[in-house]
Amino acid sequence: MRLADIIRFGFRASTGYTARTFLMLLAMAIGVGSVVVLSSLGESAREYVVNQFSSLGTNLLIVLPGRSETVGGPPPLLGVTPRDLTLTDAEALQRSANIRYVAPISLGAAPVSYGAREREVTILGSTAQLFFVRQLTMGQGRFLPEGDITKGSPVCVLGYNMQKELFGTVSPLGETLRIGDYRFRVIGVLAKKGESVGLDMGDVVIIPVASAQALFNTSTLFRIMVEAVDRDAIFRAKKTILSIIRDRHDGEDDVTVITQDAVLATFDKIFTAMTLTVTGIGAISISVAGILIMNVMLIAVSQRRSEVGLLKAIGAPEGNIITLFLVEAVLLSLVGAVLGLLVGTCGVWVIGLIFPNFPITMPLWSLLAAVAVALVTGLVFGVLPAMRAARLDPVISLSRR
Amino acid sequence: MIDLQNITRMFTVGDERVYGLKEVDLTIGNGEYIAVMGPSGSGKSTLLNIIGLLDKPDSGIYQLEGEVTTGLADSKQAELRCHKIGFIFQFFHLVPRMTAMENIELPLMLAGVEPKVRKQKVQKAIETFGLAGRARHRPDQLSGGQRQRVAIARATIMEPHILLADEPTGNLDRASGNEVIEILEELNSRNITLIMVTHDPELGNRAKRQIHMIDGIIGSDHTSSPATAYAAR
Ligand SMILES: Nc1ncnc2c1ncn2[C@@H]1O[C@H](COP(=O)(O)OP(=O)(O)O)[C@@H](O)[C@H]1O
Ligand SMILES: [Mg+2]
Repeated sequence: MRLADIIRFGFRASTGYTARTFLMLLAMAIGVGSVVVLSSLGESAREYVVNQFSSLGTNLLIVLPGRSETVGGPPPLLGVTPRDLTLTDAEALQRSANIRYVAPISLGAAPVSYGAREREVTILGSTAQLFFVRQLTMGQGRFLPEGDITKGSPVCVLGYNMQKELFGTVSPLGETLRIGDYRFRVIGVLAKKGESVGLDMGDVVIIPVASAQALFNTSTLFRIMVEAVDRDAIFRAKKTILSIIRDRHDGEDDVTVITQDAVLATFDKIFTAMTLTVTGIGAISISVAGILIMNVMLIAVSQRRSEVGLLKAIGAPEGNIITLFLVEAVLLSLVGAVLGLLVGTCGVWVIGLIFPNFPITMPLWSLLAAVAVALVTGLVFGVLPAMRAARLDPVISLSRR
Repeated sequence: MIDLQNITRMFTVGDERVYGLKEVDLTIGNGEYIAVMGPSGSGKSTLLNIIGLLDKPDSGIYQLEGEVTTGLADSKQAELRCHKIGFIFQFFHLVPRMTAMENIELPLMLAGVEPKVRKQKVQKAIETFGLAGRARHRPDQLSGGQRQRVAIARATIMEPHILLADEPTGNLDRASGNEVIEILEELNSRNITLIMVTHDPELGNRAKRQIHMIDGIIGSDHTSSPATAYAAR
């Protein structure tokens, strides 16, 4: 038989029984449509989170005091308290060729007052390089000046919201704030930036790290943020950091280095798994559609017994009959899948209308996967009915009207 | 040439064994016109189904045009049915969703014949069997006689050597029945072997050879004009 004839035969047979065809198309369309919508939601959520993390800065490494992962071997009997991270540690890191920027961070809260207004505010002590590491942008004025990071200076940079709350519409540049017992001159205000994961830079006051240590009366750092020279250098930078700190801390590995890549990869993995899970749930509904297809095809075979008997009588071998019924099932699945893609696309579009801030996109792989699954489903669940048709005894099939 | 030797076909109904055919020997030459008669349940349809390769005997040897068919693979048997045998049934067995034309075209389509050639052949058959105005009608829009003519056109479109008709007039009124018989006889006159099951003795007597069956056995095999019937042997 010719392919065109086989397809036309299946098509005509499908349109000849509208009720059952409608049912099968509906089931398949719902299955494929849900795969498209669910995978789009999952994929978009993943992209959203990954983008949020990327906005923290690129090629980022974070050095934390204390070892969070056990490298093996029993813990030391005498408790070794991890050494603190200090400003000199941060200075030492600066010398590595793999590292572009180093921003030591000291974090705390202190009362900030301007005139009669006073607020308890997060104080971020850092250096000029934080500007590059966190990819900040200035709204007014300038950021912390370069210079010896171990020396404090009485200047500060305000987050966008802080400026609003303390100064309102008045320009804060050149004004003097009181933070704890110290006075700081405002030299800049950060630009308004969308929310990002982690610390909200809108609600902080940034001062030089040495001043912050004096303010909080400590010599330790909260963490050190490091930017590698490029993506390839991240791993080398991590090794360098560990070995520099080890040398400075009497051979103890007492810091943890988190690479942003690793964090991102973890989130990426979590969300990919989530997307696959919801897509899998959608795929289950496709196989439910497959079972429906099988049942409806079985009914079709018994309804068309005499047709099968006749086909045999006029010379169709069993293989031909299998092909005809299989193609019919696959055609129905495919048409259902195409309808499902349309339904899914509409669904995604509607979700986009309802949640305009959530960037929803349809991943191409999910479209292809949905169609492929539909096709395979049609084939798999079409086999049994087709075999049953081929096995029908033509004499018995023809002896009934 | 059809040659049945010692053919037995048995059915099991419950615990009981029923013989459809019992050790039947039968030889039919090319171009013969045979009426198969006998009471209901005597094995007439079983005989036709075995000759037409729709059914397999439990024992015995069946040679079709010199080829032993017993034990042939399904695909090979299908090929023989397609090219050498045409079936005509009491209940027509037209595909209800297809037009008269499409029903006639079906064997050509299954055989993979080129669409252009198909169209020509179908067109010719439609004219030959007087279906010109009805080609695009579906079976339920056709009269009984017209349906049987469509079925005959379908059975002959592959130009088979053998026509097997199982009570072809059983579901028709007298006038359209006669019309159908005349068409079949006309086909037989062009050297197509015609084997027809009928209950009607009058129709049976028109055939040159009459086979009477009883309980799966050929009770009598009568040739009215030996000169023609054996000429082909
Ligand atoms: N599929 C079958 N199963 C059981 N018995 C059958 C079957 N087909 C035919 N028979 C039996 O075989 C015998 C011959 O049947 P059949 O050839 O149809 O007779 P006829 O066509 O002469 O009326 C009958 O007794 C019938 O009951
Ligand atoms: Mg019968």
